[in-house]
Amino acid sequence: MIELKEVTKEYSKGVAALNGINLKIDQGEFVFIVGDSGSGKSTLIRLIMKELDPTSGTIVVNGQNLNRMKHRKIPMYRRGLGVVFQDFRLLKDRNIYENIAFALRVTEKPTRVIKKKVPAALSLVGLAQKYKSFPKELSGGEQQRVAIARAIVNEPAILLADEPTGNLDPTNSWEIMKLLEEANERGTTVLVVTHNQEIVNEMKKRVVTMKKGVIVSDEKKGGYSNEN
Amino acid sequence: MRISTVGYSMRQGVKNIRRNKMFSIASIATMAACIFLFGLFYSIVINFNYIVDKAEEGVAITVFFKEDATQSQKDKVGEDLKNADGVLKVNYISADEAWDKFKDDYFGESGDLAEGFKSDNPLANSDNYEVYMSDVSKQKDVVSYAESLDGVRKVNKSDVVAKTLTSVNKLVGYVSAAIIVILLIVSVFLISNTVTMGVTVRREEIAIMKYIGAKDGFVRSPFVIEGLLIGVIGAVLPLILLYFLYSKVIEYIMVKFSLLNNIVDFLPVMQVYKTLLPVGLALGVGIGFLGSFVTIRKHLKV
Repeated sequence: MIELKEVTKEYSKGVAALNGINLKIDQGEFVFIVGDSGSGKSTLIRLIMKELDPTSGTIVVNGQNLNRMKHRKIPMYRRGLGVVFQDFRLLKDRNIYENIAFALRVTEKPTRVIKKKVPAALSLVGLAQKYKSFPKELSGGEQQRVAIARAIVNEPAILLADEPTGNLDPTNSWEIMKLLEEANERGTTVLVVTHNQEIVNEMKKRVVTMKKGVIVSDEKKGGYSNEN
Repeated sequence: MRISTVGYSMRQGVKNIRRNKMFSIASIATMAACIFLFGLFYSIVINFNYIVDKAEEGVAITVFFKEDATQSQKDKVGEDLKNADGVLKVNYISADEAWDKFKDDYFGESGDLAEGFKSDNPLANSDNYEVYMSDVSKQKDVVSYAESLDGVRKVNKSDVVAKTLTSVNKLVGYVSAAIIVILLIVSVFLISNTVTMGVTVRREEIAIMKYIGAKDGFVRSPFVIEGLLIGVIGAVLPLILLYFLYSKVIEYIMVKFSLLNNIVDFLPVMQVYKTLLPVGLALGVGIGFLGSFVTIRKHLKV
């Protein structure tokens, strides 16, 4: 599903954010990427999103070699990914329904499909009643749930979450992780970048630990501590 | 692109205009001012051309014959002049016609004063060709050509009128073209600024679109529509205004300066708009499209 071979990314010459990474994630896996700030976690996500190109090495996602992907093919590729960010990135001038419909509209889905899929996605994240609310009227946890609904409404094969609980309290953090786990149970491959030790240690999922641009450990049912 | 997507892009384009209200109004106003001035200069130039054309038709060269010129020589001169470049028409004026015209011009209503010359036409050898120009700038060449023809004694011409008309015509054309080009560049620049503002305001939304998998065209189309709308509104408003203003101004000039009635003739508004309407609209749409398309290509690395 996702395979990185000897991937190196240098932002400026000689300074590597990622250094010769090898990583293979199979379909349906739930993987935590952990590590300190500057360890290369977010660079990894941005490379998988094809927001960045590697300096060297190859990245293959869903059987597509990202190195050889033409610019005009990127939108179609990204439609197979769902992305959740720490700062939610909702459109402030649109209500919740419109925020989720936006993801479908962008991929040029017909209106009748939008009318069916948006309420279903809102129900999945437990916000069906609040479809008319605007982002500023929701709590941080609720906003992140909307972001997850937007990420899963296109039924992507892969869900990428970059610090999805970074701005949330423990209760809301657990709710978000539960939603991501549910998406994983429905068959979506989930990749979560996080600092949240408690969640990583509790959920007993595969944990890839990074330090200074290299993978220092990759455990099937791993944990995360500061010593890593 | 789906119809619903086209509708969505249109709505977003309109929304962009409303969101950047002040910039949009400034762009529409500038565009309207440019198209208005364009229309104004165009109306002046086309009317001036029309007046000059009419005046040119009135500027004639008179070709006189040698006393011993035969009729066949005179006919040949007439034929050659008709075929010369820049000549509109050639009229033969016989000696009697020349005398009648002179009498009318000189004696006017006191025609009886000329009765003494009745049987002795003082202009007996003054039969001539009146040569009317279609292009007054070629008058000098036609004069030289006429002087070189066999049987021609003298060629009368009005160099000053011809030269003045030609140079004024050129000057008005150049000045108008220069002003119009400057205004159009200013319009492109302003629309480009408005769209840049739109892109800046919507940077976050654009980033989200990219993450979700929007195609380049989907991201760009609302901005292009915004530019097109500004262009169209900016063109339609001054064209409507000019339409009504044109007739009023012509009417005003004719009433205020009634002397001009006999000298100049203005084009009717419909004739001016036959060209001005499509060109004005095309300019609005073209500048709107160009301004927005170039800007989003520059600012949106999608």
